[in-house]
Amino acid sequence: MALPPGLALGRKESLSSAGAGEPALRVDGLSVRLSGREVLHDVSFSVAAGEVTGLIGMNGAGKTTLLRAILGLQPVSAGTVHLARGRLGRRSIGYVPQKVVLDADLPVRARDLVSLGIDGRRLGLPVRSGAKNAVVDELLRSVEALRLADARVGALSGGEQQKILIAHALARRPVLLLLDEPLANLDLPSTQETVKLLGRIAKEQDVAVLLSAHDINPLLPVMDRVVYLANGRAATGKTQDVVRSDVLSALYGRHVDVFHAHGRVLVAVGDEHREDGCEVVSDDCAEEPVLLGDVVPVVVLDEREPL
Amino acid sequence: MSLLHAVFPPGIFSSGPVQAAAVVGAVVALVCGPVGVFTVIRGQSFAGHAFADITATGGSAAFLLGVSPLVGFVTLGLAGAGAMEVLGADRRRDRDVATGVVLGAGLGLSALLLYLSTTTETTTGAAVTVLFGSIFAVSSASLPLVIGFGALALFLVGLVYRPLLLSSINPELAAAQGTRLRLVGITYTVALALSVALSALTIGAILSTALLIGPAAAGLRLARSPGRAAAWATGIGVGVTWAGIVLAYDSYTWPPAQQGWPVSFFVVSLVLLVYVLAQLAGRSGHRASSPTPGTDISARTGGTNLGPQGG
Repeated sequence: MALPPGLALGRKESLSSAGAGEPALRVDGLSVRLSGREVLHDVSFSVAAGEVTGLIGMNGAGKTTLLRAILGLQPVSAGTVHLARGRLGRRSIGYVPQKVVLDADLPVRARDLVSLGIDGRRLGLPVRSGAKNAVVDELLRSVEALRLADARVGALSGGEQQKILIAHALARRPVLLLLDEPLANLDLPSTQETVKLLGRIAKEQDVAVLLSAHDINPLLPVMDRVVYLANGRAATGKTQDVVRSDVLSALYGRHVDVFHAHGRVLVAVGDEHREDGCEVVSDDCAEEPVLLGDVVPVVVLDEREPL
Repeated sequence: MSLLHAVFPPGIFSSGPVQAAAVVGAVVALVCGPVGVFTVIRGQSFAGHAFADITATGGSAAFLLGVSPLVGFVTLGLAGAGAMEVLGADRRRDRDVATGVVLGAGLGLSALLLYLSTTTETTTGAAVTVLFGSIFAVSSASLPLVIGFGALALFLVGLVYRPLLLSSINPELAAAQGTRLRLVGITYTVALALSVALSALTIGAILSTALLIGPAAAGLRLARSPGRAAAWATGIGVGVTWAGIVLAYDSYTWPPAQQGWPVSFFVVSLVLLVYVLAQLAGRSGHRASSPTPGTDISARTGGTNLGPQGG
């Protein structure tokens, strides 16, 4: 009897050797159709434990769809998602969705939300125990938010809420941590702090971190690899191997320039499809290639802040 | 001693209807506390109100058929829950529309049934009893039914407590853990329908959401965790219901007619009073306890520096 895709026989055998070389997540030939349109086509990449991978693309490039497909929340038309140490299936994935609105009047403390990360799926009333409290404290400490433990989550700042949600997602010791646009709507200090925190968590907890962003800049200090989504397809590899004129031109299907100047890299995409909702920076660019302001912005390859 | 007698008139504790009413009131408050907290967190007060209107239909039908109003309340409440589920409850907007449509149908049917009840003239006062309740009319024979339905509602909420709480905070977080949102949603909706039915028995179908939402909303202002909010809501619910019963009993000696004011009036008024007090207490409590960013401190200092007009 044929095994369904994704349940490869080799997985059990690889359990013993997991960690050494075996990627935490391997996506093979993934395609997703949403209302007739192919949003993702033949996307393949892998994510290694201890590494931070940036999932970069414009709004509407399919980042959220890809993350939901990995989670099993989005049916796929083709392809497989393999998880290392996959005994728990998708429950060994930690997930921080985009735009989580935590109402100010929500009677939920930070420690309650983290605690629901441990056993939020279980039936019955929660049982309070010292051991569980200790685990919650440890999780909060790992995201540098122990002092916020008893505050209402809705009263916290965006950056603080993001930390609590990360602690929630880490609660079941996942092999893979997915974050959907975690840096959207954060101010610059919170953005830098969150990125640094994710880099540290990847190393210390040996978890594979895959986070989506439309802006590649803030991720550069910690990003080991990039999965660059455009036109439903993905280019993947080390940042300097992907953010290149030839690679991005092939991906976008039009000419893309990558300029290096003053230690920065500027990505400029040829202007063939102005109606696709891209933001245009310069005014007099009707015929010229344009810089896509919000979408593929200035890439700073050194870690210093731009002027 | 005379003051005590003024508040608790002689005979109140030995009165059969008062004892039954006190038990029913306590059971209803106990159920409405936890269920109401989730109703408020999920932003489903409107759905609760819709159930109230639908249960009115059930109560009217029960009057016409001569069965216990509670049976009518519960039957139609569950039917309404099913209808809303079938009509679509996946997205918030769908849920709102489905709720509104079912609500309208329920109230229309209720109007017909009450019309039929009054024209047969065997059940005078049906409309007032169904719509505005009469807790003193609850027979002690129906107490086991009240307690049974109450226990079932509490059991259901307790059963799905954690997935329900997480999906109320954010459905995606719950779905990512493998929670079946629909199953959790249906379980909660059944508990909600039962709570509204019980509340309708106490203070009437039209007013039943007051007992469900009011104490819960006050509890949410006062407590930081959902468990404590439910405890507050339960305590407030029992308090206002019992106080309402005592006041209604007292009101038999009040003008104009010396025949007693409706319990529902007292309960709903007390709910409003407690809610307002909780809003005030919650506001000052939040200010005192929440960690304050530096900018807020300077702004507040600036405010007090304005001087006399501040006091």
